[in-house]
Amino acid sequence: MAELSVPTIESFTVTLIVRRFDPENDTEPKWEDFDVEMYGTDRVLDALHKIKWEQDGSLTFRRSCAHGVCGSDAMRINGRNRLACKTLIKDLDISKPIYVEPIKGLPVEKDLIVDMTPFYKAYLEINPFLVATDKPKKERLQSPEDRARYDDTTKCILCAACTSSCPVFWTDGQYFGPAAIVNAHRFIFDSRDENAELRLDILNDKEGVWRCRTTFNCTEACPRGIEVTKAIAEVKQAILRGRA
Amino acid sequence: MAEKVTADENITYHSFDVLIVGAGGAGMRAAIEAGTDLNVGVVSKLFPTRSHTGAAQGGMAAALANVEEDNWEWHTFDTVKGGDYLVDQDAAEILAKESVQAVIDLENMGLPFNRTPDGKIDQRRFGGHTRDHGKAPVRRSCYAADRTGHMILQTLYQNCVKLGINFFNEFYVLDLVMNDGKPAGVVAYELATGDIHVFQAKSIVFATGGFGKIYKTTSNAHTLTGDGVAIAFRRGIPLEDMEFYQFHPTGLAGLGILLSEAARGEGGILRNASGERFMERYAPTIKDLAPRDMVARAMANEVREGRGGGPNKDYVFLDLTHLEPAVIDAKLPDITEFARTYLGVEPYTEQIPVFPTAHYAMGGIPTNIKAEVLSDNDTVIPGLYAAGECACVSVHGANRLGTNSLLDINVFGKRAGQYSVEYAKTATQVPMPENAADDVIAMIAKVRKAKGKEKIAQLRKELQETMDKNAQVFRTEETLNEALEKVAELRKRYENISIQDQGKRFNTDLLEAIELGFLLDLAEVTVIACRERRESRGAHLREDYTERDDKKFMVHSMVYKQEKIEKNTGTNMRIGWKPVVVTNYQPMERKY
Repeated sequence: MAELSVPTIESFTVTLIVRRFDPENDTEPKWEDFDVEMYGTDRVLDALHKIKWEQDGSLTFRRSCAHGVCGSDAMRINGRNRLACKTLIKDLDISKPIYVEPIKGLPVEKDLIVDMTPFYKAYLEINPFLVATDKPKKERLQSPEDRARYDDTTKCILCAACTSSCPVFWTDGQYFGPAAIVNAHRFIFDSRDENAELRLDILNDKEGVWRCRTTFNCTEACPRGIEVTKAIAEVKQAILRGRA
Repeated sequence: MAEKVTADENITYHSFDVLIVGAGGAGMRAAIEAGTDLNVGVVSKLFPTRSHTGAAQGGMAAALANVEEDNWEWHTFDTVKGGDYLVDQDAAEILAKESVQAVIDLENMGLPFNRTPDGKIDQRRFGGHTRDHGKAPVRRSCYAADRTGHMILQTLYQNCVKLGINFFNEFYVLDLVMNDGKPAGVVAYELATGDIHVFQAKSIVFATGGFGKIYKTTSNAHTLTGDGVAIAFRRGIPLEDMEFYQFHPTGLAGLGILLSEAARGEGGILRNASGERFMERYAPTIKDLAPRDMVARAMANEVREGRGGGPNKDYVFLDLTHLEPAVIDAKLPDITEFARTYLGVEPYTEQIPVFPTAHYAMGGIPTNIKAEVLSDNDTVIPGLYAAGECACVSVHGANRLGTNSLLDINVFGKRAGQYSVEYAKTATQVPMPENAADDVIAMIAKVRKAKGKEKIAQLRKELQETMDKNAQVFRTEETLNEALEKVAELRKRYENISIQDQGKRFNTDLLEAIELGFLLDLAEVTVIACRERRESRGAHLREDYTERDDKKFMVHSMVYKQEKIEKNTGTNMRIGWKPVVVTNYQPMERKY
């Protein structure tokens, strides 16, 4: 079989400066430089793999699908939260080193891996499941318009790029954070769900939506293109109205 | 919560009635069905929503007949014919019959399906799914844009949360403990701590997914290293139909990232370098919506005969430019974004370079229609179950139809949950041997202490390259022997590895080494099965045996591991054959 290739693209050397932390030996995180030979179509994840596979096997990060749908590899790349597998090297300024560090606001476990527990806990608190008491024999009906109402927030992959880009979340670990609110929105505006009131009540809490300072960091960070800030605003309005 | 039987500083013991290994679609569907009456646990190498079910795009087949006439019998026929008659027809009937309820279950759990104007679940066309036994494409795929798998995975996880299912996330199951031929539990390695966990359970369900990482060009996640399938094999369970590996036609060229068949279901067309709609030559009736094996082969053939595009003429094109941008945005948003992100191609106006990518294992751990694992052609291993891609029931035969895998995980995941609970209710726990964790501890210690020169990534790369070169869409005795020799060489070199990370916590360096061991086993089984099936059927094309040979090979292959070297395979693997279950459909020539 013929070897595969996309149109020829030149290779070049890129410097990655990676925030490292070895919990078994380090007391403080430190920066470490790596030079890697890359192609423009490569992703930051490819560069990290190249380091791990050819230079330093101890470099540690989460990854799985490698094309932006599993949400494992959110990290801070040149100061911005992104998925390493969706960030092409050619889209970064390679005349300068690429800085890679763990997402902020969650405890660092090792290198680029953070403890996601507080993030998942906020998600679990908003009751992230459909509540409907009827017992239909077939599918529940839902008009295309009603289905469209919550489409945007169904796209969430729980990568935490939004929540860990939020200045409020950084300074106040109690705040639910954008991702939990996005997932609440997905149910609050689903015409089949009967639990909007409870969810709105939870988010009306002092740790809820009112902590949002509308900095739009979350919207910019979302690798799925969810209009996160808009979703939060819609939840705020629903609370004021007392219904979805 | 699970009761901790005993614990010391390295090993923690857990006890469950039902233990599910894997938290993708099949595992979580099993967990929901198993429910909370008994003590049910799920062990997964990933946080559940990271599982690769989430990468499935196009839809889930079910003859709801919401948009046009359809019925489960047509679906059964399509599945059997799509699988080139190697499908067990009793299983295919169940798949098709139970598909409707499987979709309704998901909708009732909250899955946001796309809707028809009157609010029902919308349906669209997909390859190989036809009206009345092949007359024309039929709208059978229930979908949520081109992220149906994502929605299924999220919905199942949401419902596991609702039920309070007990998950052990980022736990790598590395061994199945058998006691006198009966399953006692599994041994797992906890990523965060490096600790060993022994789980005993009355019923064990394997739902560990596929092993696309035996190939280089693949739509599969890095984590799809076939751990569960390899573990079962190492413990003496045969593997069925491993020669049947599906290459999805439309992977992004050079990258292998999946572009759903839904693109063609919505009207997309495959073209060669001269712009010809070449599928008209290969499948005159349903053209671009022929089953995946035929389309992948046609694409590879176009390239081989010099009609490919690009500087190296090594891919063909998926053309969506005649579709309305609004349709693309509504029905195919994710895959068109993949084309933009990774190849810089604008699908509204430009054709997308595509080439087949290793996608799905039709074969795996043999099961019956109750998802019970078999130790040979028909002997059930009581208390052991498997469902989803890791299993071979066999509903996909020699070639799976698109949308039948999301269906498979729901129908047989549900069955695995149901029957494993039923069994656990009356079964007594198989005693867990004292030294249950010894083999895993030894395996880890060996890798940790290894002082060899070989690098894991290099060996894995060479394995994947030889599989792409020798055991991909086209195969011959010669290429397969070359692959076998290479695997043997890599096995030797695998004895001479070393890893750099000596830590306990989050040691992915160590786990990649162990995963490579699984990949080597599965690549070898795959190649042996490929070599021994000297005919062409479904996804398995032998250029030296180009015809389907029903007289000799209308049978499933079963590869067994054994102690001594087997003469006909030249390895410690023995091949057996298992009859296909035929109910209504006698093999016919497969034309579309």
